[in-house]
Amino acid sequence: MKLIKAIIRPDKLNDVLKVLFQADVRGLTVSHVRGHGGETESVETYRGTTVKMELTEKVMLDIGVSEPFVDTTVEAILQVARTGEVGDGKIFVLPVEKIYRIRTGEEDVAAVTPIA
Amino acid sequence: MRRIALLSVLVLAVGARSAFAQEAGEAALSAPDTAWMLVSTALVLLMTPALAFFYGGLVRSKNALNTMMMSFIALGVAGVLWVLLGYSIAFGGGNAVVGDFSMALLQGVGLEPSGSIPHLLFMAFQGTFAIITAALISGAVVERMRFGAYLVFIALWGLLVYAPVAHWVWGGGWLGDLGALDFAGGAVVHVNAGAAAVVAALVLGTRKDYGRQALLPHNVPFVLLGAGLLWFGWFGFNGGSALASNEIAALAFVNTMLAPMATLVVWTLLDYTRTQKVTAVGVATAIVVGLVAITPAAGFISPLFALVLGGLAALPSYYVIMWRARTRLDDSLDVFAAHGVGGLTGALLTGVFAEEAINGTADGLLFGNVAQFGIQVLSVVAVFAYSGLLTYVILKGMGLVMEIRAIPKEEGLGMDIVNHGEEAYTNGEGAVLLLDEEVAAIVSQGDGMTKAASM
Repeated sequence: MKLIKAIIRPDKLNDVLKVLFQADVRGLTVSHVRGHGGETESVETYRGTTVKMELTEKVMLDIGVSEPFVDTTVEAILQVARTGEVGDGKIFVLPVEKIYRIRTGEEDVAAVTPIA
Repeated sequence: MRRIALLSVLVLAVGARSAFAQEAGEAALSAPDTAWMLVSTALVLLMTPALAFFYGGLVRSKNALNTMMMSFIALGVAGVLWVLLGYSIAFGGGNAVVGDFSMALLQGVGLEPSGSIPHLLFMAFQGTFAIITAALISGAVVERMRFGAYLVFIALWGLLVYAPVAHWVWGGGWLGDLGALDFAGGAVVHVNAGAAAVVAALVLGTRKDYGRQALLPHNVPFVLLGAGLLWFGWFGFNGGSALASNEIAALAFVNTMLAPMATLVVWTLLDYTRTQKVTAVGVATAIVVGLVAITPAAGFISPLFALVLGGLAALPSYYVIMWRARTRLDDSLDVFAAHGVGGLTGALLTGVFAEEAINGTADGLLFGNVAQFGIQVLSVVAVFAYSGLLTYVILKGMGLVMEIRAIPKEEGLGMDIVNHGEEAYTNGEGAVLLLDEEVAAIVSQGDGMTKAASM
């Protein structure tokens, strides 16, 4: 079981969700984050002051999946979230010790298997 | 008793002074008329910031500032050009088609009366109309038009489209001569802007996310605020078009209150029947549609017919909005449905409900006069055709010498950052203050927006 953390452009979220849902990966958490990678910093102006925005808006997805779904999920995100420009984001695959479904108490793989 | 007596003396004194002024040959400058027109001008000016909120709330947050800026900047660009040139093109002598430059740079536009108010005030009042008409069009091109291109567009449009059309109907031109009834700008403002909006939306093309993603309003309370302030300002728009503080102003004012009320009710019923949910955005839109529709009719029809007109006007606009969302026409904020169709409906119904007994105009269709209805149709068609054609020519011409549309990457980032270097909603996390030397270093390295990647 793995937890896939993907940091992507906010603009790409809808496309990523569409592809994930199509691949039957439906359990995920989305958060709005600000971050910095290798990208250029944009300059903004406020009333006579010039400001460098070092953190850019990104979206982070937390997706808990069983082994068979890891590759599908990663491939899907890599394909759809890519624009080719600096700032496309990162995917981290973390190992997970235990997973529980709160509603039923199911554990591990059963907890991330959709109820038919 | 004594207080009433004192009041009566004061009233008589004021009345006597106006009469005396008249006798002295001061061409009837009327204090009450001037007072009302001062207020009306301010009310109509308020409508442009109100529009900024109405439109701003309807777009995504990354485009909020750009959308609102398109309204606010019209105050500058359209306003100044009106004062310098537009007013003369609209209201200068000229011929049946266009005015002249006799009043350019405010020559001959002073404090002397034009009607019963100072000429300068009349010019200013009309100026607020020119400003908001230009700003209305922005609703069709939000989230993708380059700001510089938008500035050029409204500058050209105000002089080449708005001013001539105003001349046709109000400035002594051919539509006014034919007897077209447009009390406060159903054709001059709303059909005009609606036609331009359709053409602009078609020329610019759809937003990259149109039809693929749900494009939702980021701040519906702003939309409601905008609609409310628009209604408030519209009392000046219609009431002030009486150009006097008299019973016609009162009629126009009350009609401006009644018609949108009826539109609201009908729209609510339509929403409820269709989805069992009455939306706030729908209510805000209904208010605007009702206000648009009563605009050409406000001083020409009776209050009960204003209610009928308002109720009827809900229908075409409602269904055009439903229909348009399913087409490839990305008139993003439904300028055509609200202003184009609403103005058309109002102009035609003016030709139905107008009563000679009310304001000395020709009777409408309902009172047995078919000709007026025909004239209304002609005025709508003429304005629609001219505005559409000229807007096309202006935009296509501009397209030959500049980029008018943002590239997909810019659309993704958001117009606020790209066009204005500003964000509407930021808490400043990760923002670093740059000192002058650092700014100079960045600007010299690149295009001023970014510096070379560090990795």
